[in-house]
Amino acid sequence: MNLHEYQSKRIFRDSGIPVPAGMIAATEAEAIAAAGELAGPVWVVKAQVHAGGRGKAGGIKLCRSAQEVGSAAAAMLGQRLVTRQTGAQGLPVNLVYIESGSAIERELYLSVLLNRDLGRIAFVASAAGGMDIEEVAAKEPQKILRIDVDPAAGLQGYQCRRLAFGLGLAGDLVAQFERIARALYGLYLERDLGLIEINPLIVTKDGRLVALDAKINVEENALYRQPALVELRDPSQEDAMERAASEHDLNYVSLDGNIACMVNGAGLAMATMDLIKLHGGAPANFLDVGGTATAERVTAAFRLILSNERVRAVLVNIFGGIVRCDVIAEGIVQAVLQVGVSVPVIVRLEGTNADRARKVLKASKLAITPANDLTDAATKAVRSASRGARR
Amino acid sequence: MSILVDRRSRVICQGFTGKQGTFHSEQAILYGSNLVGGVTPGRGGERHLDRPVFNTVHDAVGATGADVSMIYVPAPFAADAILEAADAGIRLIVCITEGIPVNDMIKVKAALAGHRCRLVGPNCPGVITPGECKVGIMPGFIHKPGRIGIVSRSGTLTYEAVFQTTSLGLGQSSCVGIGGDPVRGMNFVDVIALFEKDERTAGIVMVGEIGGSDEEAAADYIRRHVSKPVVAYIAGVTAPAGKRMGHAGAVIAGGKGTAADKYAALEAAGVRTVRSPAELGSAMKTALAGRRRRARKR
Repeated sequence: MNLHEYQSKRIFRDSGIPVPAGMIAATEAEAIAAAGELAGPVWVVKAQVHAGGRGKAGGIKLCRSAQEVGSAAAAMLGQRLVTRQTGAQGLPVNLVYIESGSAIERELYLSVLLNRDLGRIAFVASAAGGMDIEEVAAKEPQKILRIDVDPAAGLQGYQCRRLAFGLGLAGDLVAQFERIARALYGLYLERDLGLIEINPLIVTKDGRLVALDAKINVEENALYRQPALVELRDPSQEDAMERAASEHDLNYVSLDGNIACMVNGAGLAMATMDLIKLHGGAPANFLDVGGTATAERVTAAFRLILSNERVRAVLVNIFGGIVRCDVIAEGIVQAVLQVGVSVPVIVRLEGTNADRARKVLKASKLAITPANDLTDAATKAVRSASRGARR
Repeated sequence: MSILVDRRSRVICQGFTGKQGTFHSEQAILYGSNLVGGVTPGRGGERHLDRPVFNTVHDAVGATGADVSMIYVPAPFAADAILEAADAGIRLIVCITEGIPVNDMIKVKAALAGHRCRLVGPNCPGVITPGECKVGIMPGFIHKPGRIGIVSRSGTLTYEAVFQTTSLGLGQSSCVGIGGDPVRGMNFVDVIALFEKDERTAGIVMVGEIGGSDEEAAADYIRRHVSKPVVAYIAGVTAPAGKRMGHAGAVIAGGKGTAADKYAALEAAGVRTVRSPAELGSAMKTALAGRRRRARKR
């Protein structure tokens, strides 16, 4: 779960990590009022969306008067911001964040994240701040500094100093850096975060380290014990289909193609997408209905995938282990009857009671095409989708 | 021979009297696993599924000599359950539970470094040695004792590989689901090393997916240490970057962990890769036949 910049900065401020003075605004008038309260002579207006690349996309504006702040805010609010991370539809800008401008001496990069290879929390820092860190890592890997934290010992002073000196900091800035790093480590653990990224972390002309941007991701598995963070969720920034799916406890990811998939198990669901592609088609979604594919879940899943206008065929791929295939087949029949499916449905059921399941599908007299195996299922789905307008 | 579990394994279930624990313990008993008891705090002294219930894993180990534990306790309590099993001297801990916070697993992984036990999972289907011992949620009947070792990050894709190798008459020596979480116990390298040493295992099927670099580490290990044929499939060629695909660990982050990178690493290590999961079984059969032909020529 992602947080907005303004939410992340509030958390930073509460933890003693320096951020510029700032206020949120939902209207032009609020933006002008905010500029009046915040010290000038320069202000920054920042669109609040869950995506990076805002600067290049016109989502960050430098302003020299309260009037300019007002018009910059008016131009952003109510619009959808398209950045390199949002996709073509962009994300809605419902709030802007107004900040006092900072006098920047240097821009650094600092993030805290999981090192999966070691199973440890890692800090990544770079003197090349303000740039895309993936680009830096690819082009100038020597500019990337990393440390991994022993979970029993915790973050050590020497590790902070290695990063600070490695970034070219000196004097009091080294101590400031250590304070920030320790606060970030504490936040990461206490709030169960999955990522903290500060890009840029700046050195101001008057010798202070300040987080000019702030990006926080909260680890999904831990949301149950972070109720205060769950409150910060902004559904307007999430894909509508994915949001609807999560309400039914379905694992769904929107894709660009026209063949909807319904599968049990995350691995098999990904494999089904890959198979569609391999046979010349394009998947419309990733959907894992989970281990217990009951009739209700299957019906909810059908409703969801068919609400996507682009869908021209549905591929159901279930490996029935503990769940019996004939039970799932009955669920599919019920769902097709209830939802009124208007595109071809191709079904591959394998595992427990697969033969009985095929009989159930056949006896239903519905337009359901059974498939013999994975390859057959993918081929049939691709063929149907390429043929088809919706009935 | 087999790896991790066999007919001598003495298995207990943590979360024994819960819904999941009860159902899958029953299935394990029906399959023939030697389930010697279970643990539910506060229910010690009772009997469940005609087996003794204990308050603690220490009590269970003391009374039954258990050496394997399967864990079905809910995510908020699972880290505690794993550490309890380790502390009680359990040799193999199989954690089925999905949704354990990553920070909990970071602590567990560090704490386990001081114990002589292995952890499989979490968020996995478990471990099975066909015809001998089933520890997990996999459907037993699709398996068949045989010669192929299967290791996978995905549950249902493991079943696909099992189903195909059974249909082709190859069967399985053991199958290990290492789980879909980013921080877990055994990884591909650990399991493949055991299969390489195992006399019954003639070939290894490996099912990976996007996210992390365990497949790349496995490729490096296979190139240097593995003589048996390995067939691999990687799920998620079409997965978009930055999206978590069902499994907590299945995400391409910062351009790292793509299926293309993993395929390239495995192919460079001489692994036979397939682009369709439907071809896992047949590719293994071909690989074994090729090996036999070469052996005869020599």
